[in-house]
Amino acid sequence: MTAEVLKTPVVVAQASAPLHPLWEFWSHFKANFGAVAGLVVIVVLVLLALFADFVAPHSPILTNNAAFLKPPFWQQGGAIAYPLGTDAIGRDILSRLIHGARLSLLIGIAVVTLSVISGTVLGLVAGFFRGVIEISIMRLMDITLTLPSLLLAIVIVAILGPGLMNAMLAVAIVLLPHYVRIARAAVISEVSKDYVTAAKVAGAGRLRLMFKEVLPNCAAPLIVQATLGISTAILDAAALGFLGLGAQPPLPEWGTMLADAREFVLRAWWVVTLPGLAILVTVLAFNLLGDGLRDALDPKLKR
Amino acid sequence: MLRFVFTRLSLVVPTFIGITLLVFVLIRLIPGDPIETMAGERGIDPARHAQLRKEYGFDQPVLVQYGLYLSRLVHGDLGRSIVTHEPVISEFGTLFPATIELSVCAILFALCLGLPAGIIAAVRRNSIFDHGVMGVSLTGYSMPIFWWGLLLILLFSVQLGWTPVSGRIAVQYYIEPVTGFLLIDALLAGDFGAFRSALSHLVLPTIVLGTVPLAVIARMTRSAMLEVLGEDYIRTARAKGLPGFRVIAIHALRNALIPVVTVIGLQVGVLFTGAILTETIFSWPGVGKWLIEGINRRDYPVLQGGTLLIGAIVMIVNLLVDVTYGLINPRIRYTR
Repeated sequence: MTAEVLKTPVVVAQASAPLHPLWEFWSHFKANFGAVAGLVVIVVLVLLALFADFVAPHSPILTNNAAFLKPPFWQQGGAIAYPLGTDAIGRDILSRLIHGARLSLLIGIAVVTLSVISGTVLGLVAGFFRGVIEISIMRLMDITLTLPSLLLAIVIVAILGPGLMNAMLAVAIVLLPHYVRIARAAVISEVSKDYVTAAKVAGAGRLRLMFKEVLPNCAAPLIVQATLGISTAILDAAALGFLGLGAQPPLPEWGTMLADAREFVLRAWWVVTLPGLAILVTVLAFNLLGDGLRDALDPKLKR
Repeated sequence: MLRFVFTRLSLVVPTFIGITLLVFVLIRLIPGDPIETMAGERGIDPARHAQLRKEYGFDQPVLVQYGLYLSRLVHGDLGRSIVTHEPVISEFGTLFPATIELSVCAILFALCLGLPAGIIAAVRRNSIFDHGVMGVSLTGYSMPIFWWGLLLILLFSVQLGWTPVSGRIAVQYYIEPVTGFLLIDALLAGDFGAFRSALSHLVLPTIVLGTVPLAVIARMTRSAMLEVLGEDYIRTARAKGLPGFRVIAIHALRNALIPVVTVIGLQVGVLFTGAILTETIFSWPGVGKWLIEGINRRDYPVLQGGTLLIGAIVMIVNLLVDVTYGLINPRIRYTR
């Protein structure tokens, strides 16, 4: 009898043991069809980008005098050697798109990394050292936010000169205020909590408080914003490329490819349609992933 | 209320000064001598160079230059374009109505489609329509609009021949500018052919520029409606036996509109960003295209003045939205 009585509570305790946070996150995330689809597309793009040299059938910059504006293989005049056709100077569109994935993902990741790191540091500093430092940082961010994002990026590129590097830097500056604001707001709400006071009493220094105690607790909104930031970065960099201020030809950047293709809109639909479709799919995938992450990470929306 | 307006204003002034500083520094940061940059590849003789330096005030200390710049600014002098030698402010003035006309049409387009779509999606939650609206709006939100414009041209102008490819009106019409808005001016002149031509030129750019605001408005309306529909007073209204349409259109929508109005106000910056791209694709003679041309010609006064004016306009609109919002919703006045 006694053995039975003892047995039951143990089983109950096991059943109510909390799931590992990562596991719980995954169970929320995988229930979201859109987010999983976004993740799959991104994984495929990353693989294509990593193995672009092996996957792409041709070189992205090699021209072929015998094949100007060849249509895709299923149209009359197309050839299977150039599955998605060629552009005005005989470069293979498919190969350029694959190598473009490498560029676009690099742009997205590099821009957001730069922006998140500097934005978080600025936000932490503003939140911790209130007063003049906070006011000057936040005023500067307000100015950045007031100007329309693309206009500010254009102004910065006009100062630095057109080119991929400068365009990336410009987009990183444009994205900066979002991270500064999130980090500062999170710090201000966290600093008054007991665990921070406890760490302070235990003798933790300012740097330790900032990076070891507070930062991990405001990571969730930053991760979500960073994912959504990648899509903005890719979109803005492509827009700058389209305006002739970003990546310069012959780089196979999707926005730059569109700018080159503009004059052939009447003659060759494939040079205009395909690079834009690549941008749309990539940006959509990151937005779906970001939305899914927000739903899975935000405790307020959890059911 | 007055105190609320003043606190808002006191936040705007330093931001504006910041923008003037940014724009002033802009020209100084461009590598190389500004006069030589303006002169271009032909070069310039030293006497003329010194004279121009004096004329533009480049021989003064930087702080004095900034002071001079501010005082000219207060007098409405934003410099002259290097290419056309016209005052920047008057060029902006003649082109700006075209941008406003396009932007107003775009936001109306976004509202007319976005509001009903958002409302129906919220009312029929988890239906096929709801999923459709959410999917389409996320796609619209992710759309590279410069490509979207090219696609629409490809379909409607090239394949179907329904709409013109670019410009604001067919060349055979000339309408004396009264308001600067071609649609209104054509009607004032009683020229219906011109009106139809202007309208057909406006359709594609409106769709392109309105796509992102449309997506944002539809999503925002849906989530605001969902929140309001869960409130107790809605259940009360339904329990009273009011017809479903009345509950949604009168009781729910009114409260759901507050966040939507804010979001519309915040679209001004988005519209300018979109206008730069849309005007470039459709050769629409507005300030966005003018700025891009200014950059390509290294016309720095145009870039400087245009940026300042657009920054100021966005700031004023945001201020107005803020104040109106405080007016509609008294809670805001005290909590912020």
